[in-house]
Amino acid sequence: MERSRSEYMNPYAAGVLLGVVLFLSYLLFGHGLGASGGIAKLVSAAVDLVAPGHTDRNAYLVGLLRGSDNPLDTWLVFEIIGVMIGGFASGMLAGRVKPETFKGPHISVHTRWVAALIGGTIAGYGVRIARGCTSSQALSGGAVLSAGSWAFMFSVFGGAYMMAYFVRRLWR
Amino acid sequence: MAPLDLNELIGHVLKNVMYVVTGIGFGFALERAGFGNSRNLAAQFYLRDMRVLKVMFTAIITAMLLIFLSGALGLMNVSKIFVNPTYLWPGIVGGIIFGVGFVIGGYCPGTALVSAATLKLDGLFFVLGLGLGMIAFGETIDAYRVFWETSGAYGEVTLYGLFGVDPGVVVVGVVIMALAMFVGAEKIEAYFAEREGGRAS
Repeated sequence: MERSRSEYMNPYAAGVLLGVVLFLSYLLFGHGLGASGGIAKLVSAAVDLVAPGHTDRNAYLVGLLRGSDNPLDTWLVFEIIGVMIGGFASGMLAGRVKPETFKGPHISVHTRWVAALIGGTIAGYGVRIARGCTSSQALSGGAVLSAGSWAFMFSVFGGAYMMAYFVRRLWR
Repeated sequence: MAPLDLNELIGHVLKNVMYVVTGIGFGFALERAGFGNSRNLAAQFYLRDMRVLKVMFTAIITAMLLIFLSGALGLMNVSKIFVNPTYLWPGIVGGIIFGVGFVIGGYCPGTALVSAATLKLDGLFFVLGLGLGMIAFGETIDAYRVFWETSGAYGEVTLYGLFGVDPGVVVVGVVIMALAMFVGAEKIEAYFAEREGGRAS
């Protein structure tokens, strides 16, 4: 654990790298980075595929699909394709691309998968209420000093610290 | 002056290529930071490794300084960049729910994508969960749509607008706050490292 951790970049250096990418996004496009928005677009396209017409009745999904001929022709989707390529490339360079499951020492792999699925579901629900995630709200909105984004950021830390004690067995 | 009108300059297709390239930089930085590993992310909430806080706030102050310096130097029109509109209460409620999901699941959306891209199965399950949660939101939002659309909906509000001060004042304040948090984070890590000795955690 100690050894594998030290292979990651110094956190302050990684933060500068991430910050420069974020700045370039504002410089080039006039807006910040995003991750959850692209996932939401893919999800609404998948729902439309599985249950055609359902997105017409579902007001929220309509909001995502309406207004463009191809719902996937949006920067949000192109950006998360890049995120996966970039993550994969960095992992390859560091020899970290291999099938595995990260978990606390006292739970089984299957418990971890269930927890990841449940946690993802809760986070996915929260993302849509808050209109963004740690990338699009906390990082991006934080850097341009949006008041709502700072309120979101502290709420995320608050929610996580409040919950951490109750799920400590998952990690400790 | 930035931000540029890229549709005009290079066209729709090349603009999308640039979005992929930007995403590559984003994903690369997240993986370098160790955020493809849920243990590194969860450790933040048990105070053993404050990597999340350090990376996040270093990134925020780096981008913030570059943005507002570019604005002050006349290289960027800061009034034209997107500022996330404030929906205060949905942001707070959604943020708390998001934080709960974060510590249970060990990822956030961007880091889960990077984790899945490096073949981590817990990251893949988190991404699947995100999709389920988003569908669940779509199915239930009508029950509280008024709250979602109007509660604390103040529009584009900045911290400097809120406090009625020059942006530079808030920029300096955020930098000082971040530096204080870094000092605190190092102290907390050192405290637990000493208390727990060489015990693996």
